[in-house]
Formats: sequence, structure tokens, C-alpha cells
Amino acid sequence: MAYSRKTQRLLFISVGLGFAAVAVVFMALAFSSTAAFFRTPSELVADDQAGSQRYRLGGLVETGSVVKQGSQTDFKVTDCQASLLVRTNIILPDLFREGQGVVAEGKLNASGVFEADKVLAKHDENYMPKDVADKLKQQGVWQGGGGC
Amino acid sequence: MPLPQDERTTVQMFTRFAQPARFFALADRIAPWLWGLVILGLAVGLPWALIFVQPDYQQGDTVRIMYVHVPAAWMAMFVYASMAIASFVALVWRHPLAEIAAVASAPIGAAFTFCALVTGSLWGKPMWGTYWEWDGRMTSVLILFFIYLAHIALSQAFEDPAQGRRIANIFALVGVLILPIIKFSVEWWNTLHQSASVFRMDGPTIEPSMLWPLLIMGLTFQVLYFALLIVRMHSEMAAVRLRSSRLALMRREQTSEAVAS
Repeated sequence: MAYSRKTQRLLFISVGLGFAAVAVVFMALAFSSTAAFFRTPSELVADDQAGSQRYRLGGLVETGSVVKQGSQTDFKVTDCQASLLVRTNIILPDLFREGQGVVAEGKLNASGVFEADKVLAKHDENYMPKDVADKLKQQGVWQGGGGC
Repeated sequence: MPLPQDERTTVQMFTRFAQPARFFALADRIAPWLWGLVILGLAVGLPWALIFVQPDYQQGDTVRIMYVHVPAAWMAMFVYASMAIASFVALVWRHPLAEIAAVASAPIGAAFTFCALVTGSLWGKPMWGTYWEWDGRMTSVLILFFIYLAHIALSQAFEDPAQGRRIANIFALVGVLILPIIKFSVEWWNTLHQSASVFRMDGPTIEPSMLWPLLIMGLTFQVLYFALLIVRMHSEMAAVRLRSSRLALMRREQTSEAVAS
């Protein structure tokens, strides 16, 4: 069966794009561990080589875990399964709050404390005015910022 | 007797672009309305977003950057998607207008992408504590920006502009794969960038009072793209015409010189 040139081009381009799409899916799957911006506490706890390298640790700041002593801040980062103690001497960003997302960059020391020299606050996908947030909290239907 | 080779290509070029005249006649009638909508949208959307909307419970007033950042980022992707569709039409059906539309879109898309990157960076400093991090979302959008720039360079890198446009069309089609990567980067990989707030399966996570001005800004940017596209297509067409008449002139001179000697 003979195809017109238009149909040939259509088929050729569609098949080409199909192959390219498959390549991208493979790439996305292959990169899923290396393209990750941070690792979670449970991943770091499970990895016995974790002390040897610099990592970014990401998760939620555990509620009630923030302790400030002079310039040093201690807090726990949790992914609701495992949590890690983080110690840092730097000034924390405005959005750093208990129950909010955080990414800490640094190294795990011998005693299992994550020493961070960079702390980034992570914002979640929820946007609302302050009075709406207050009202939700008042009514007891607050869902955001609660951690686990 | 058939026309000589040079004459024929010139004639073909003009007949090829003869039918677009109808498109431009229509586009020129719509264009003032589009610009009117853009001005109206900005007049309503900007004060709403930058002054009247309530500050966010976490971000405070910094959230206002979002009303420019998010529409710009949407358009960065929308323009590329339209460019890819136009390129597809141009390659399969050899439609000259689609070819022009694809090439004319690239600088507009690059500008929107640049705007998204800059506003995102300015938001990132006070919120995250950094202007830039190499996470999946930011890196993939930066790649999109480079794809736009490469597309612009490629389309002009050939002596024969028609060939340049053809190659750029193919390049635009291959590049379209960056779009799903950008969209799903925040879901496939853990990133510093937050996940989608508007286009998500379980509905928007933006409170309606903040969503409305965002949608108005988004629509305004959308109309702005169409308005700019008409302007850009005009100049692309003018460049094509200028070139073909200049070629015809050169050839006429050459033949008259040949005759004279």
C-alpha cells in the first residue's frame, strides 16, 4: 500500500517523536535517584556510607524540636518515618518554621548528627491569606503545616 | 517554455505566501482588540495582585511575585507547545504560515522564560534563602531557555532562511520533550521548588481570593502572546519578502550585465 508524501512525513515524524518520548521516560527513570535535589532522613539513616559525603537532607522540621543556643540552632528533620538531628550555625531563612519543609546541606558526623552549613526553607503548594488560615485553625479543620 | 530556474523560485515564493495575506488581514483586524484586552487585563490584574490581594499566611507580601512569576512560567511552556504544534504542521503539511508562526514565537517564549527565571530567583532569595539551586524544576526551565536561544540561533544560521526555518522546525519538535520534564519534575524527583498549585488532579491549593487575580494575570499574558505573535509574524513575513525581492533585483542586474557584455 502506497502512502502519500504527507502521510509518510506524518508517520515518520510521529514515530520519531514516539521513540524520543520513550528515551525521555528511560532517562527520567534512570535519573530518579541522581536528579533528586535532596535525600530523606530514612534514606540517609539506611545508608551506612552516609558519613563519607556531603548531602542535602530534606523533610519537615519536626514540631517542637527547634532549640536555639546562641548562634547554634538544633532541629530535627523528619519524613514521618525517620528523623535526624541537624545542627547549624548559620542564619536561618524567614520561612524556616516548625512543621514546614526544609533542606539542609552538610555532612553526617560520627555521632549521627547532621552538621549543616546551608539551610534552605521549602515552601509547600498551599497559598492562602492569613485570616483564612486563622479561621481554619479556629474551626479545627486546619490541614497545612501540621507535619506528619 | 518553462520559466528559468531563478525566476521560478521567486514566483513560487510569492504564490506560497499569497494565501497568508488573508490571514494577516484577519489578524490585523483582531490585533487592536487583543491589545485592548491586554491593557484591560493589566489594569485590573496588576493592582489586584500587587496591592489589594491579602498577603499570604506564610510568605507575607513576597507572594505578590507569584502573580507575575506563575503566568510567565505558564507562558514559557504554552509558547513552546504552540511552537512545537506549528512546527509539526509546517513539517507535515508544509504550511508556510505555520513555519512563520513557529519561528516568530521563539523570541516571545524566550522572553517569558527569562521573566519566569528572574522573578523566581527574586522570590527564592527571601523565601528559600537562595537565588538559585540546581534542582529539577529550575534546571529544566533553564534548559528550556537555552532551547529557545538555540532555536533562534539555529533558524538564522543558514544562508537560505527557508532551510533555517525547516531545521529550526525539526529542532523545536525534538525539544518539546522538555515540557513533560518541566511539568512533572516536581513530582518525579524531590525538588526545592514546590509542586503544582493550580493544575493538579485534586483541584487548586490556592485560596479563591488569591486564585482569581492569578487567573486574570494568566489570561492577560496569554492574550499578550497572541498580540505579540501577530507583530512578530508581520516582521518575519516582511523579512521574507524583502529577501526575495532583493534576490530578484540582484538576479536582474546580473542578467542585464551578462547581456551588456
